[in-house]
Amino acid sequence: MRSLLCLPCLDIISIFETVKGNIVVVIKQRPKNLNLLTIRFPVPAIVSILHRISGVILYLLIPLILWALSLSLSSPDDFDTLHQFLSSPLMKLLMWGFLSAFIYHFFAGIRHLLMDIHIGDELKSGRLSAQITIVLSAVFILLAGIWLW
Amino acid sequence: MVKSVLGVNHQGLTDWLVQRVSAIVMTVYSLGLISYLVMTQDIDYTRWHALFSHGWMKLATILFIVSLLFHAWVGMWTVFTDYIKPFVLRFILQVLLFLSLVSFFFASLMILWGV
Ligand code: HEM
Repeated sequence: MRSLLCLPCLDIISIFETVKGNIVVVIKQRPKNLNLLTIRFPVPAIVSILHRISGVILYLLIPLILWALSLSLSSPDDFDTLHQFLSSPLMKLLMWGFLSAFIYHFFAGIRHLLMDIHIGDELKSGRLSAQITIVLSAVFILLAGIWLW
Repeated sequence: MVKSVLGVNHQGLTDWLVQRVSAIVMTVYSLGLISYLVMTQDIDYTRWHALFSHGWMKLATILFIVSLLFHAWVGMWTVFTDYIKPFVLRFILQVLLFLSLVSFFFASLMILWGV
């Protein structure tokens, strides 16, 4: 038989019957912690929220990429101008930011796709694949930085 | 369009599939372009321009951009729906999202057309 409440999950302190015949069940309030500063974030949760943040960053940078693509293809002069422009340290930093978001989103996305076909979708393997995602992204983000400079 | 901005015809499975198929198309294209860039040491205008002059490259790029726009639509739609609760604000954001994606599409057509 299935009951609506999962009784063993509740911390029942006492059960008694009132004079009127009502059954009273006293349960302990479970501790709740929604404080973002003290809550513990498991690695897969971090990987997931970063995937979302990187996706939004990528969306916001689309106009910039299209602008660069347009300049790079319009004429040799514009290509050079763009090249000069992108060689400044500030622009390199911005491009590194874009590449980082892309690299991260890419690996976390691949992890997602693999989980869809049931690779690494259990607690332990999910944790492992989350760690692999972070390590791989870090390595490639570093490589991208070296390639840019 | 109004219907889809409102999310009336947002079918979970379709969204899921769009997100997956677009992700795979983008993966293939990006890996291809990145390998080209890494293998071609000093890329200059002539080479870059020649690459995008090929019909197949234009086709692949359009395919990539269309995937990207659908992907961003589903992705950003989800993000807005999760965090923006006031209906009017969410509606406005989704209309702006839609308009931005349509503009990106025509902008990229014009860029490729000009090559
Ligand atoms: C540069 C263009 C891209 C943009 C603007 C973009 C944007 C986004 C956004 C905004 C989301 C929603 C995130 C969320 O709901 O938490 C998303 C999800 C996703 N992205 Fe991307 N993305 C891009 C490229 C890629 C690539 C290349 C892949 C390939 C692996 C990919 C794989 C995914 C997957 C699998 C999801 C679904 C995650 C889920 O269901 O929660 N994306 N993307």
